[in-house]
Amino acid sequence: MSGRAERKAAAAARHRLLPGGRLAGPMPWIIAIMMFVTVLAAAAGLGLGAAVQSMRADLAGRASVQVVEADAQARAALAARTLQALRAAPDVRAADPVDPVVLADQLRPWLGEEAMNGDLPVPALIDVLLTPGEAGPKIDRLRRLLADLSPKLRIEPHAAFLTPLAGLLSALGWLALGAVLLMMLATAAVVVLAARGAHDSHRGTIDVLHLMGSTDVQIARLFQRRIGLDALMGGALGFVFALLVILLIGLRLAATGSDLLAAIALPMRDWLVLLALPVAGVLLATLTARWTVLRALGRSL
Amino acid sequence: MSAIVQFENVGLRYGLDSETLSDVSFSLAAGGFYFLTGASGAGKTSLLKLLYLAQRPSRGVIRLFGEDVVTLPRKRLPGFRRRIGVVFQDFRLVPHLSAYDNIALPLRVAGMKEEEVDAPVAEMLNWVGLGDRGDARPATLSGGEQQRVAIARAVIARPEILVADEPTGNVDADMARRLMTLFEALNRLGTTIVVATHDLPLMAQVSGAQMMKLDRGRLADPTGILRYPPRPQDKSG
Ligand SMILES: Nc1ncnc2c1ncn2[C@@H]1O[C@H](COP(=O)(O)OP(=O)(O)OP(=O)(O)O)[C@@H](O)[C@H]1O
Ligand SMILES: [Mg+2]
Repeated sequence: MSGRAERKAAAAARHRLLPGGRLAGPMPWIIAIMMFVTVLAAAAGLGLGAAVQSMRADLAGRASVQVVEADAQARAALAARTLQALRAAPDVRAADPVDPVVLADQLRPWLGEEAMNGDLPVPALIDVLLTPGEAGPKIDRLRRLLADLSPKLRIEPHAAFLTPLAGLLSALGWLALGAVLLMMLATAAVVVLAARGAHDSHRGTIDVLHLMGSTDVQIARLFQRRIGLDALMGGALGFVFALLVILLIGLRLAATGSDLLAAIALPMRDWLVLLALPVAGVLLATLTARWTVLRALGRSL
Repeated sequence: MSAIVQFENVGLRYGLDSETLSDVSFSLAAGGFYFLTGASGAGKTSLLKLLYLAQRPSRGVIRLFGEDVVTLPRKRLPGFRRRIGVVFQDFRLVPHLSAYDNIALPLRVAGMKEEEVDAPVAEMLNWVGLGDRGDARPATLSGGEQQRVAIARAVIARPEILVADEPTGNVDADMARRLMTLFEALNRLGTTIVVATHDLPLMAQVSGAQMMKLDRGRLADPTGILRYPPRPQDKSG
């Protein structure tokens, strides 16, 4: 027999100290289900986080200037002067008037055909792209500049429109994180129950091993290895299924063609976080099993 | 010879019952061969449990290998237990392990390399006449065969003390004699042997053995322990 085969036989023999088959009953299945939900929750949280971030990045550097003037001629003149002033401002990278036709198209569904045909005063709009950097102070400076120019000018940073939505999304993200933590807690609890059950049902074997001079750590290792393997099986299963669901959802999101939904794309770093979940689950199960068995053993002589 | 086991005024009480063992004092010399006898329920198993560290006494002092084991911290117990081999009255074989793996347990617990385990286990299996039953599970062995596996497991790691609780209760006279011969061989190699038994002829077989007698939890004649060395002529009487 080669040395390697012998080592394998030795390892097999050590595993046999506890009976074959699954040690912890339905635990791997429960862990599979929990890992499935955990990965989905984490993916949702990460996806929402990514969406909020990309939205913020998109919108933070943008603002609109409204020219609120009822008289069309005065409005056009003021808009032209404002455009010039904006283009001269150091904080502005680009300023472009929004085509009134486009604007009218966009407003039609809200105001109705008749309103658009009448002479309802529609403000002129100028899109402003700020220079890179913190947007807040730039907006403030521009606001002062415009106030000097005319009281009929308003500047509106785009990020402000989305503050409530971004707030909602990030709250959902935190909720998902909370769900992940609760799932981890539940996983640990399941492992505690399973390890206690395994310890109790192998009491006789444990007593004999103890009386032969096995240390608590030696005995705990038998259980933690088996429960860790069970958790690995369950965790891998749950992870794979969750991944399939995430990919399916991703395809559906891409099919909607929505900008907002398309922003929910996970960067590489987030995929690594998801991959870390089953690893963390197995680690958690192993350590919890070890801790549980050591505690139970500590109560015996 | 130095004392390897010392009991001083040891008492053992299970729960709230009256004491199962009371004022037990004796000392065993390293390398001795001792029988422990007494009626059923006298407390033999209880005394042996104290000796192999399965139980702490309610009072008194127990010293093993010169060290007080009553106050020993838990984490030092394994070191002591590895120096003691035990044949349990109810065998306590691990049910899902083969005879071979049961016998190999103490060696594996002690961390012996797997390639060194095979030879001694095979030898022990032959010694107890189970050379061809190594793969058998305990449930498929007869009572006597299980007992022999238990004995092989107790002696394989060459313990300094061998404690055997009625080790010949389930075997025929022939096998009992064979097992005693095995114990004597171990004893000659230096192992201190303590055997609980009712079997007087068996005790008589071991020359030089000494006997302790328990009577309702007390060592009979506590001042003159080991006063009952069985002599060969007891057998005929
Ligand atoms: N774990 C226990 N809990 C409570 N009482 C016990 C326990 N173990 C033994 N006893 C009691 O202690 C007394 C002595 O029991 P023990 O097993 O030591 O006797 P023994 O001399 O070995 O008997 P036998 O020859 O039948 O094996 C008995 O009355 C028994 O009921
Ligand atoms: Mg007994």
